[in-house]
Amino acid sequence: MKDSLVLLGRVPAHPDSRCWYLAWNPAGTLLASCGGDRRIRIWGTEGDSWICKSVLSEGHQRTVRKVAWSPCGNYLASASFDATTCIWKKNQDDFECVTTLEGHENEVKSVAWAPSGNLLATCSRDKSVWVWEVDEEDEYECVSVLNSHTQDVKHVIWHPSQELLASASYDDTVKLYREEEDDWVCCATLEGHESTVWSLAFDPSGQRLASCSDDRTVRIWRQYLPGNEQGVACSGTDPSWKCICTLSGFHSRTIYDVAWCQLTGALATACGDDAIRVFEENPSSDPQQPTFSLTAHLPQAHSQDVNCVAWNPKEPGLLASCSDDGEVAFWKYQRPEGL
Amino acid sequence: MEWLSGLLSWTLKRVLWLSGLSEWGAAWQPWILEEKALEVYDLIRTFRDPEKLNTSEELEVVTESCVEVQKIHEEDYLVIIRFTPTVPHCSLATLIGLCLRVKLHWCLPFKHKLDIYISEGTHSTEEDINKQINDKE
Repeated sequence: MKDSLVLLGRVPAHPDSRCWYLAWNPAGTLLASCGGDRRIRIWGTEGDSWICKSVLSEGHQRTVRKVAWSPCGNYLASASFDATTCIWKKNQDDFECVTTLEGHENEVKSVAWAPSGNLLATCSRDKSVWVWEVDEEDEYECVSVLNSHTQDVKHVIWHPSQELLASASYDDTVKLYREEEDDWVCCATLEGHESTVWSLAFDPSGQRLASCSDDRTVRIWRQYLPGNEQGVACSGTDPSWKCICTLSGFHSRTIYDVAWCQLTGALATACGDDAIRVFEENPSSDPQQPTFSLTAHLPQAHSQDVNCVAWNPKEPGLLASCSDDGEVAFWKYQRPEGL
Repeated sequence: MEWLSGLLSWTLKRVLWLSGLSEWGAAWQPWILEEKALEVYDLIRTFRDPEKLNTSEELEVVTESCVEVQKIHEEDYLVIIRFTPTVPHCSLATLIGLCLRVKLHWCLPFKHKLDIYISEGTHSTEEDINKQINDKE
């Protein structure tokens, strides 16, 4: 299982501090990293190695917790503990901060762009999730403030094809939101985790959602539409979400991130025990009750907690990871024979 | 042939010596963990509440037995601390936990993972506080 994940290289992305998050651009040619040193770095390949192409250092006063590329690849959003979200516009190798979104009362924990490119979501320790609309003139307007969670909201992501938003929180739940008559509402609450939910990932079809938690498990949730064949009850026109699989006993500490490869369907996890793991669904398992096998386990992938794992959107098997040790590592994953 | 028997006897002696060593090594384990626990305790026993004159050791907020060290890998240890606030409704409990975390992060010389808890039954909201102290964000 060790050979299924091979190290391609490491870079000291955020020396003497934590590297918190990574995001590949839609073309898969650039990787943005951000960290406790308040900087964002953009990495690209030069031959066989990864080099730093830009450093974005004037944007934030405190830790940058997450970064997200717009679907067109021309913009990068960064969420910071300084309570702001910066929008950077890419101009060849340079990035310019074109807008700073303010409004959250304290640390912004996550930012995500909707697939349409017109909507942005942010979430914060102030327990709220904000939805922002962006127009053709790059003007941002907050269109909704959602106060459904009862504690710090750790992560937000958009569904890959619908305008459906998901959030993960310290209150142990995952919530889903959609637009209803000009306003955003919480349409589902996923309960089951026994501690903080740190991250989320949709599968390529958008029918399933993976969540990872401080309770050391990964849960897979499935969407059931009203009138579904399986007889899962729905309230009104809202789909129902049910937990169809729980991966437990694999991780020995908090799982900080989960990433679902949009090309191959492989699921990678970033764990506080310094390890990276990859799971794949067993092809013969029932789609309503899938089973996943551990296909890669690298115990000392980093020298400290792994905070993020990110699959390259264009190159199957290329995985990037980052850690409290400040480093970013690149890996080649190959599904083992005989699965 | 003589050199062969000489080689065989040398190898046998070496194997016996090494197996004796590994037994000896295993016997060192608990001692090493205790030593590590004392290193941790030494760093945390002297911190004090600025409003009080006593150290955390004197107030029995921390004691030697409140530190537990387990081995995770070669050179990597899990440190578990259970501290006892002076009163069950102590409002500084989270702050104490955070101070312990920061102190050990900067001063503990060996590679470690850290879990800090309030000793069971010593605080009215101990589950909430334990969760807060152990959230690294």
